[in-house]
Amino acid sequence: MKFKFKDKERAKQLIGVIEDYVPDRGIKIVHVCGTHEVTITNNGIRSLLPEGVDIREGPGCPVCVTPTRDLDAAIKLARKGAIIAAFGDMMNVPGTEYSLNDLGPEGAEVKMVYSVSGAVELARKVDSEVVFLGVGFETTAPMTAAVLSEDPPDNFSIIPSNKLIPPAMASLMELPDNNVDGFIAPGHVSTIIGCRPYEPIAEKYGVPIVVGGFEPLDILYSIALIVKGVATENPSVENGYPRAVNYDGNSRSRELIEEVFRVEPGLWRGIGKIRDSGLGLRDEYKQYDALARFDVHPEEGEEVLPNCLCPQVLTARATPDQCGMFGEECTPGHPYGPCMVGDEAMCNIWFKYGGRPQL
Amino acid sequence: MTAEGKEKIKVIHGAGGKAMDELIGNHVLNTFTNKSAGKIGLDNLDDGATIEGYAGRTLVLTTDSHVVSPLFFPGGDIGRLAVSGTVNDLAVMGADPLALTSSIIVEEGLEMNVLDRIFQSMEETCREAGMPIITGDTKVMERGNIDRIAINTAGVGVADEPVPDSGFSPGDKIIVTGTIGDHGMALIQFREGLTFKTKLKSDTAPLNHLLKIARDAGDVTGMKDPTRGGLAAGLNEMADKSHLGLTIHEGKIPIKDPVMGVSDLIGISPYNVANEGKAIIMASPGTAEDVVGALRDNPLGKDAKIIGEVTEERPGKVILETEVGGRRFLDAPLGDPVPRIC
Amino acid sequence: MCLAIPGEVLTIDDNLATVDINGVEQEVRLDTLPEEADKGDYLLVHTGFAIKKLSPEEAKETLDLFDELIEINREMDEESEV
Repeated sequence: MKFKFKDKERAKQLIGVIEDYVPDRGIKIVHVCGTHEVTITNNGIRSLLPEGVDIREGPGCPVCVTPTRDLDAAIKLARKGAIIAAFGDMMNVPGTEYSLNDLGPEGAEVKMVYSVSGAVELARKVDSEVVFLGVGFETTAPMTAAVLSEDPPDNFSIIPSNKLIPPAMASLMELPDNNVDGFIAPGHVSTIIGCRPYEPIAEKYGVPIVVGGFEPLDILYSIALIVKGVATENPSVENGYPRAVNYDGNSRSRELIEEVFRVEPGLWRGIGKIRDSGLGLRDEYKQYDALARFDVHPEEGEEVLPNCLCPQVLTARATPDQCGMFGEECTPGHPYGPCMVGDEAMCNIWFKYGGRPQL
Repeated sequence: MTAEGKEKIKVIHGAGGKAMDELIGNHVLNTFTNKSAGKIGLDNLDDGATIEGYAGRTLVLTTDSHVVSPLFFPGGDIGRLAVSGTVNDLAVMGADPLALTSSIIVEEGLEMNVLDRIFQSMEETCREAGMPIITGDTKVMERGNIDRIAINTAGVGVADEPVPDSGFSPGDKIIVTGTIGDHGMALIQFREGLTFKTKLKSDTAPLNHLLKIARDAGDVTGMKDPTRGGLAAGLNEMADKSHLGLTIHEGKIPIKDPVMGVSDLIGISPYNVANEGKAIIMASPGTAEDVVGALRDNPLGKDAKIIGEVTEERPGKVILETEVGGRRFLDAPLGDPVPRIC
Repeated sequence: MCLAIPGEVLTIDDNLATVDINGVEQEVRLDTLPEEADKGDYLLVHTGFAIKKLSPEEAKETLDLFDELIEINREMDEESEV
């Protein structure tokens, strides 16, 4: 079955639609998903768009928004002898002083896993404590919930760091200088939560929100719908990814989240606290909270580093080249702020591709 | 983080990306002063070095150390890799290989039959390449001081006209001798923490015969074997050294389905992972089709294709034209690619 | 975040399916999936868990959506030219 949508002819036609509707003043569209950024960058989507269509990455990549507090906690636990299991994405992200990868030469044990199940299997095989760094959004939280709800081994615990996307979108709109005209909503987050949670945001702030897929044509289609929504003053929520997203989402996964987690204030790196945007463990599952189990109290350190423009970049209020550190003290080889880490992080992309290169 | 005296060697320094370039640039090339014995020396950072005036021809010298896990993998093993790697470094310099050396460092406790299987594989690969091993060295280290085995091979070859990796001109065509990413993607499944399975095989093979065929078939102006860092690193190195732009077309790059499958699953680009039996060849526009035709007659080159061309646009950069018609820079990877889920 | 890709179910053993992704086999847990899965079904897979059953009809519908927008726009362009 064909799930790849990248034919040139349709792309041209969709770009035609975008051209027809793009307002003279220009338009700023924010997506909130690292994988959307990968699709956009890898396919050279920005080079295809007409002048005036500005596509930015908002706070949608756990590499950027996982707070230093949680990374520092993982590093502390690794130094206490626990095995840290984390997704590959998190390995190079700098905490206050170190990244998980920096611990290799010290002999601390950090293991990359593809799935939280892999972390549980690891715990079954070893005597040491295994701590899973539970980052991610609504897409990834059900998996952590699934393994916790089925009585994992005693030496398994997690650093709960899951976050919720809709509150972050709303908080972005609360910033007075946001200038956001529309959102591409994250497709696979929406597979879980459906389309409904975006409706109050579209209504309250008057911005079109299109749930977008991850093929190049999906992205162009989403942009076309948003540009059209802005031009026709119709700020509704549209599902541009119906092959993977139901209006009501995935009830089974949401039940799992509900069973294990409770909504609490979330700490976002570079942004700070956002109301109702975090997932903490319910009392019945508190025994799996690594921080409580090992009595680790990482300081609510510097979520915003001095002179680092990540907060503005993450909220689509600045471009990376406006940062004084960019390309000088902060490079992909020696990242200072989190937005320089990982292929899908905004500063990293700007460093490599010069933003929207006039190719 | 870069304070003098505190910096330590990390795995990324050996991964063939920019971190390794920095290591070589700042620590190797800055320290040594006597760096060449001919036209191409250490500073050129080519696949090998040259010593001219060998009976009117040019000697080409190269060396490469090999470690790999697992030692035996689908499509090859460390022995086949050690011979192919060095033969290919000579072959992409336009040299006909003359002889190899083999130097092994073994960990105490390695089973003798494992060593025998590796030697047997080296023997078979040498026979394939028509290449003698004429001298060697063996060291054993105490258990734990090295991971099982490391093999260094040095090779010497001879060329009438060495092919540097930067001698091409605008208009020349960019050819790959076959599918991209096979070796890297076949080996990623063995990385700790990953659980997928694939029947994908490494492409490890000596390319000296194939590249001789290419040289004889047309006007070959540049060659490189895109090993660590993959096609992206190889092309960027060529663009950088030649101060020319390289444009490649996504839809034309031959990639096997399972390579794309692994790429989709763990978010690693096929352009960024190693090839051990493929070469990038630049050929003049008039002869490029002939070169591709000749390559395709050989089993090792059956999927050869023209994937792009050398331009004067954006000197030092590689531009990828994507299937939807977008354009972007194809950058060299920073280090060993890491699987991602986000 | 959230890399998720389609895979075709090869075998199912209780709560665990093996799916084929372009010649790559991955074990996938089904307890996050609201639908029943069968051999031959396509599942959307995220970090080793299935999150949605995909249907070929829906893939086709996606293309129809694109074409519908293109078509509406073409008609409007033509009208405005008239």
